[in-house]
Amino acid sequence: MRKLLEKLDKVDRRIIYLLMALSVFLPLALRLNYPIPVGSGPSRDLFDTIDSLPAGSVVLMSYDYDPSTMPELQPMAVALTQHLFSRGHRILAMAFWPQGASLSQEALTAVGDSLGAVQYRDWVNLGYTVGAGVSIVRMGSSIRAVYPQDRDGTPCDSIPMLRHVQNLRDIDLVICLSAGDPGIHAWVMMAHDRFGVPVGGGCTAVSAPEFYTYLGTGQMVGLLGGLKGAADYETMVREGRENTPAGLATPGMAAQSIAHLVIMGFIVIGNITYLILHRRGRGEAR
Amino acid sequence: MNWEVIGIWLGAVLTLMLYSFLYRDNPFYKFAEHLFVGMSAAYWVIYSIYNVLKPNFWDELTGAGDGTPDYLMIIPGVFGLFMLARLIPRIAGLSRLALAMIVGTGAGLSLVSTLQTNCLSQIEGTIVPLTGSGTMGFINNLIIVVGVVCGLVYFFFSKPHDGITGKAAGAGITVLMVAFGASFGYTVMARVSLLIGQAQFLLFDWLPTMGINL
Repeated sequence: MRKLLEKLDKVDRRIIYLLMALSVFLPLALRLNYPIPVGSGPSRDLFDTIDSLPAGSVVLMSYDYDPSTMPELQPMAVALTQHLFSRGHRILAMAFWPQGASLSQEALTAVGDSLGAVQYRDWVNLGYTVGAGVSIVRMGSSIRAVYPQDRDGTPCDSIPMLRHVQNLRDIDLVICLSAGDPGIHAWVMMAHDRFGVPVGGGCTAVSAPEFYTYLGTGQMVGLLGGLKGAADYETMVREGRENTPAGLATPGMAAQSIAHLVIMGFIVIGNITYLILHRRGRGEAR
Repeated sequence: MNWEVIGIWLGAVLTLMLYSFLYRDNPFYKFAEHLFVGMSAAYWVIYSIYNVLKPNFWDELTGAGDGTPDYLMIIPGVFGLFMLARLIPRIAGLSRLALAMIVGTGAGLSLVSTLQTNCLSQIEGTIVPLTGSGTMGFINNLIIVVGVVCGLVYFFFSKPHDGITGKAAGAGITVLMVAFGASFGYTVMARVSLLIGQAQFLLFDWLPTMGINL
């Protein structure tokens, strides 16, 4: 027993890496499917908020992330876009992260084409801008002051969808997909607290705990946290529409669950080994 | 030539080179790391010129956008040049003027908003009634109130942490540990999610280019 414990205590870290890799790659390769029950919570709140908006509402989506956090945030972008278009809402896309503008274009064109949404009638991509908080404050008085033209260079004055959209008060909901700063903090601080526009969002799992405080105070209407949040949203979008494809996050949840079990196993074994060897070590020292 | 396939192969090979570090440090990892740093630096320089400097400064100054030159843009232009003065030790002090403007504007803009958003609203959010919202609502509100009060007691250092104060501080540190644990759990989830994303790329984008469809 002691030899086994000593072996476990000195296990090569590469064996841990190998087991972690297997716990992720195998469920994906075998296409394991785990059920994703979605109860009440921040993901459901965001879904219900979008559902409760009247058709034709203008939703501003800020894509504040880059390819390094795509696995978590791009599935949210796709699922949210599907939900918004299927409810007949219009999307005003923008980004405080340079590469967010390209990633938003990818989601909007792919989902828009499949659901028959038309650029400039159902969606506009304003592209990237600098400034975060400063730009949001300026958009509070005039969106055209920050974005005189969209990402493709079309003047905002000639875009039909923007005819009645002058400033943030003409926006029904802001959704920020945030990988850090600038992101949700700036939108809550400026758009919600200063201009009273409802703000929802999605973020990487790392930053989710710091944004939960905004849910308790009503400063955010809902929040998707990490891959689980994305999978929750995909599941809700698919409810009643079984023909809709599974999305990007849902297939990853089996791998996520198994990887977490492996990590929990490591933590338990590591602690048991440490406690037993440490206690014996102390006993022998006496 | 199929550029998409070339892109997928490039991404896959560089991913494997970077993951090879998990075995041990090696020249393939070093090569991929240096390539990433160099490419990132070059990308940001070009992106900043064409997406920040040109539309926000040059086009405004020359009137390339709406045909009306805005000569007031010379002022931020000069301050921008002041930032570069750091490269010349003799006039490096000029960069402080630009930094002072950035710090002053940032502080002025965010001071009140930060106080409102992250302090006053959060305090308001912890002043909750212990009645109403059913049993679970009562328990939730009780945890919030007790957790916040005990957490604050832990950071109250003007009185020794013994007696009731010590017990409250002990409860406070327990609440803090639970919060740190939850935060760490989310961090683990995020890192595993990134690995899943890359695994999906290798399995479902890269392998099919070799005729292997899972």
